[in-house]
This record gives sequence, C-alpha cells and structure tokens, in this order.
Amino acid sequence: MGCLESMKHEIILRDASFKECREYILSHFPEHFVVLPGYKIFEKHLIGVPPLYIAIDGDDVIIPYTKPCYGTFLIRVPDPEMASELRQKKPK
Amino acid sequence: MPDTKTGPRDALLLLGCPQVPIQTSVALYLASKLRKQGITTVITGNRAARTNIEVADPDRHYIGEVIDIDRCIAQLAEKKRDFHFCFSFIHNDAGLSYAATVNAISPAAQILIIFGEHYQEVAGSVEFPAEIIAVNAVHNPMPLKAKIDEVFPWVVSNL
Repeated sequence: MGCLESMKHEIILRDASFKECREYILSHFPEHFVVLPGYKIFEKHLIGVPPLYIAIDGDDVIIPYTKPCYGTFLIRVPDPEMASELRQKKPK
Repeated sequence: MPDTKTGPRDALLLLGCPQVPIQTSVALYLASKLRKQGITTVITGNRAARTNIEVADPDRHYIGEVIDIDRCIAQLAEKKRDFHFCFSFIHNDAGLSYAATVNAISPAAQILIIFGEHYQEVAGSVEFPAEIIAVNAVHNPMPLKAKIDEVFPWVVSNL
C-alpha cells in the first residue's frame, strides 16, 4: 500500500459535495462501511462530514477525497490487499 | 468527542481555499485579537492559504506557527496535538468537510466563520454543534470584522 497520490486511481466524481459522494456510494456500492472522519487509509486521514462512507467493489476501494480548493472527489483505487483488509475488519 | 483540553489556551485557525479575498485579512485580524488575549494561535491551510498569510505578515507580528493542513489533521487524528478553540474559515463545501472532521477528532470548541456569496447555504448545511458566525462578505472584510468583534468577548470567555 502506498500514498494515494502515487497510486493508480480513477476519479468517479469530481468537484462534488460530501452529500453527493455519500449518496453515490449508497446508491452504487452495496458493500459500504461508515468510518469516522480522520480514518487513515492509503496514508491519508479521510476528511468528511459524518456519516462518512467508503465502499468496496470487487478488488477496488472507493473513498471520498477532499481538497480545500477543489471540493470532494470520489475515487476508485484498485487494491486487492486493502479491499480484503477492509472486508475483514469492517471499519468504524 | 474527546475530553476538553487543559493548560494554556491555544487556538487553531483552519483556513479554507484562499479564493475569497477577505480570508487572509480576517485571519490575521483574528490572530491579533487572540494574541492580545494571551491565546496562542496555530494557522493551518493548504500551501496557497498559508503563503497568503505568511506574505501578509512577513515579520510575524500577528501569526505564530503555520502548518500544512494534512499534517495538522494527522496530528489531531493521532491525538498528538489538540487545541482549546478551532476557528474554521468556511466558504464552500470542502471547508465545511474539514471543520466537521476537526469536530469529530478534537475536543476544541468549534467556531465556524462562514462567509462568501453562498454563506446561507453553507451555514444551513452545518450538522454538528458549533458557534456560527455567518456573514455575506466576499471583498469587504468589515461586515465579518464587525461580527467577530461582537461575539469575540463571549467566545473567549465562555467556550
């Protein structure tokens, strides 16, 4: 597992709101979890308004990623190891 | 929310994207007011927001420590650092997301300074306990300065 910026990823939503990302995850990814803001994944602490959702889709991990000037991105990161780890521990 | 912090009082000034002009001047004004009250300030933001602050106060008359926002969030989330107050400068959805994150990981009293042309919409999206200062101000800092002057004595003595 490496730092998010250096990892292969696909942008699902760009310049979205935290609500749009939340609703997209709930409506598109049945396998999702609630995590606390500040949850560390891919060496980043997640930013967001609770309830903050992340999802798994096969071997991919779907997370919101917020930048102060660009809003929130919803991104898909292929990482079988992390997907497996999340399935096992079902994060909170 | 974790227990309240003890010891000398300090405040985090959490800056948003600096695209709204008044953010830098109001942050410096607030840092000055807090310093006069004996409250140590730490300013955090992305590189552009930090650079605006540091260029505006090159001799550091008003500002103290300035740190990267990702590093600051990491220190709060990992319980390596905390503050009595967090003043979040918010004019968009991302700014609110950062403030909500600090609220979830820190015991600091939350004061949300909401400004910009969408201030009502942003203020209406707040879903956590916080003192809210919301003003329609983009280019002219005076309406926000006046509001801060009005609530500041109550904030520093009651939160």
